[in-house]
Amino acid sequence: MKIQEQILLKDMANGTKVRFLKVDAGRGLKARLAAMGLLAGVELKVINNGHPGPLVIDLKGSRMVLGRGMAGKIIVKP
Amino acid sequence: MAENIKRITVALAGNPNSGKTTIFNSLTGMRQHVGNYPGVTVEKKQGFCRYQDYELDIVDLPGTYSLTAYSTEEVVTRNFIIEQKLDVVVDVVDASNIERNLYLAVQLMELNVPMVLAFNMSDIARQRGLVFDIEKLSILLGVKIVQTVGNKHQGIEELLDAIAQTSQQPMKDYAAAIKYGGEIENEIEKLQQKFDELRHSRWTVIKLLEQDADVSKHIQNQEIITAVQNSIKHLNTIFAEEPEIIIADRRYGFISGACQEAVKNTIESRHNRSDMIDTVMTHKILGLPIFIALMYIVFDLTFRFGKWPMHWLEMFFGWLGQTVTGFWPVGSESVLKSLLVDGIIGGVGGVVVFLPNIMLLFAAIAILEDSGYMARAAFVTDRLMHKIGLHGKSFIPMLIGFGCTVPAIMACRILENRRNRITTILVLPLFSCGARLTIYALFIPAFFAVQWRGAVMLLIYFIGITLAVIAAKILRITLLKGETIPFVMELPPYRMPTLKAILIHMWERGWLYLKKAGTVILAISVILWIAGNWPKPAAEKLAGLNSEQERQVSLESSLVGRTGKAREPAFKPLGFDSRVVTALIGAAVAKEVFVAQMGITYSISKHENVSVLRERLSQDYTPLQGFCVMLFCLISAPCLATLAVTRIETGKIGWAIFQWTGLTALAYAVTFVVYQVGMILSG
Repeated sequence: MKIQEQILLKDMANGTKVRFLKVDAGRGLKARLAAMGLLAGVELKVINNGHPGPLVIDLKGSRMVLGRGMAGKIIVKP
Repeated sequence: MAENIKRITVALAGNPNSGKTTIFNSLTGMRQHVGNYPGVTVEKKQGFCRYQDYELDIVDLPGTYSLTAYSTEEVVTRNFIIEQKLDVVVDVVDASNIERNLYLAVQLMELNVPMVLAFNMSDIARQRGLVFDIEKLSILLGVKIVQTVGNKHQGIEELLDAIAQTSQQPMKDYAAAIKYGGEIENEIEKLQQKFDELRHSRWTVIKLLEQDADVSKHIQNQEIITAVQNSIKHLNTIFAEEPEIIIADRRYGFISGACQEAVKNTIESRHNRSDMIDTVMTHKILGLPIFIALMYIVFDLTFRFGKWPMHWLEMFFGWLGQTVTGFWPVGSESVLKSLLVDGIIGGVGGVVVFLPNIMLLFAAIAILEDSGYMARAAFVTDRLMHKIGLHGKSFIPMLIGFGCTVPAIMACRILENRRNRITTILVLPLFSCGARLTIYALFIPAFFAVQWRGAVMLLIYFIGITLAVIAAKILRITLLKGETIPFVMELPPYRMPTLKAILIHMWERGWLYLKKAGTVILAISVILWIAGNWPKPAAEKLAGLNSEQERQVSLESSLVGRTGKAREPAFKPLGFDSRVVTALIGAAVAKEVFVAQMGITYSISKHENVSVLRERLSQDYTPLQGFCVMLFCLISAPCLATLAVTRIETGKIGWAIFQWTGLTALAYAVTFVVYQVGMILSG
């Protein structure tokens, strides 16, 4: 996949529902996100993307705060 | 009767915000105490409970989301479960958020211990339209499930019943409930054969496949290590993904499968009300001002309501001192009297008077935390904190630091990343604590007119914060360099805090503080008293002096006084004389000692009014000198208790020494510049 086609979580507007594809990061962070339920195919909803700053997503009924840096590494599918 | 009592050990596990503590409080009431797990600084709460002919010894494990090796809490939790011979583990699950909460349950089952699930906050779950087929779910998961409402004491009897029953049943294999699918199961089985019959062998093998750092560390057998590496490589090629990701995926798959069969959800979100509150509380523009306003209210109330009980305590210790003095004939000198009155009652009393402030502050923090606002505060401040290389969570200990640095440093446990944590711990003393407030309360009215006092006070606090920010930034790009760890945190729904939980929290903190006053500070007070009274001056020097002047002369001849005198030249460029330096030596032990020592150097008795001391101060020093003393007290030498906690929490005495020398050097440099520039400007 070309870089331009990748859609990043950090660019999603409030209220958008997306599917988690993958995270462009090292093993540690990947496993951590997986333990939280951020796994390929999982649906999440952007609740509060008040840039600049962290964003809030809905994941399996939980509100998760993700740092902006990390949200920039998370690739999603609308 | 007594011989029929069965003693069973129970551990409570669960996610943060699952209401685990309310269950614990419901079970044990006030029969609980707080300690630490051996070797680490994770808090361990233990309580007792009697049910029928069972005596339950209940341990409240730290709140965790999973059992990885990423945080100390998680490692402590799982090691505790493995090492202790537990009769039952109760996993407290937030029933309104069951999928995510069951992730921990599944991992606990893998640990293969007798288990009971408490579906807590089941009333909220019901309101939100969740309908559970408890029987079916219980069969699917292979564990007993009890519905509870911890804060209303509902379902507690049933929970106790389930615990008692489970403890008496023969051990069954809980670990086999979750299957990871053919390929992974094959590897698990292969590896499991390499272990002797072990209750936790399945868990150990799964952890090894997950490349868990802590478990892998303990495996020495080369044969097993190679076999594990081969299995990982094999799984990696098949799935084109790390095994731990696949394992997590399967666990969630298992949970959502079970939920689909046994849970009906009629309403969409459990967050409607919370989201509405959040549109204001975490608003892009309003969020920060709201946060600042709330903090202001907390501090204002802490000191406003703390004033009276503080005054009563002061009166009590004054009375106690007088009474003890009264045991000796008037005018007589006794070493024991001096030790009791000046050393112990004065020293410990001076610390205990802050107890109301500490308790109120912790009550406020408990309210913020239990209501769910603390997580929002971290969210709102993250952007700012990011600029200095920390993240929002660091803000919570910093806030506590305005009350007392010691619990603030302990609060740094919430920061998973070591560099983040150490940076925060090192700069925490710059957040001016309540004890330093006594110094400002003495100095500011002595040197500044009424209309300027508030502003000077704010300026002092502001200087502390600014220096902390700069110091943190410098530390993060030099000594503690490294990428900022990604910021992940759950925002719990807003909840009404219960009075009981707040009171218990307040009592716990107050008790810990009192214990500190009774041990560390008692010892320090005695040492300081000795250093402040010996060596004694020659008898002829005391001839013809009144008792206050006698005290002054004794202090000058004592170890503390001599050291103060000897250090005077070094502090001259800061505008300090030997009196200030002497008092500063006391302040190095505990900041609140400064005021008491200043009183002695001016030979003002404790029973005299503070305003007399203020008057004397304003005669002897310029406002610039007064300001410099406050500045130095703010920045320099964190108190002994802080250093002790820094050592414990960082695990290295080196960090404590670094903190002390670094801050003292910084204090010297800043005060030097301020005093010298001030002198030039004032001509």
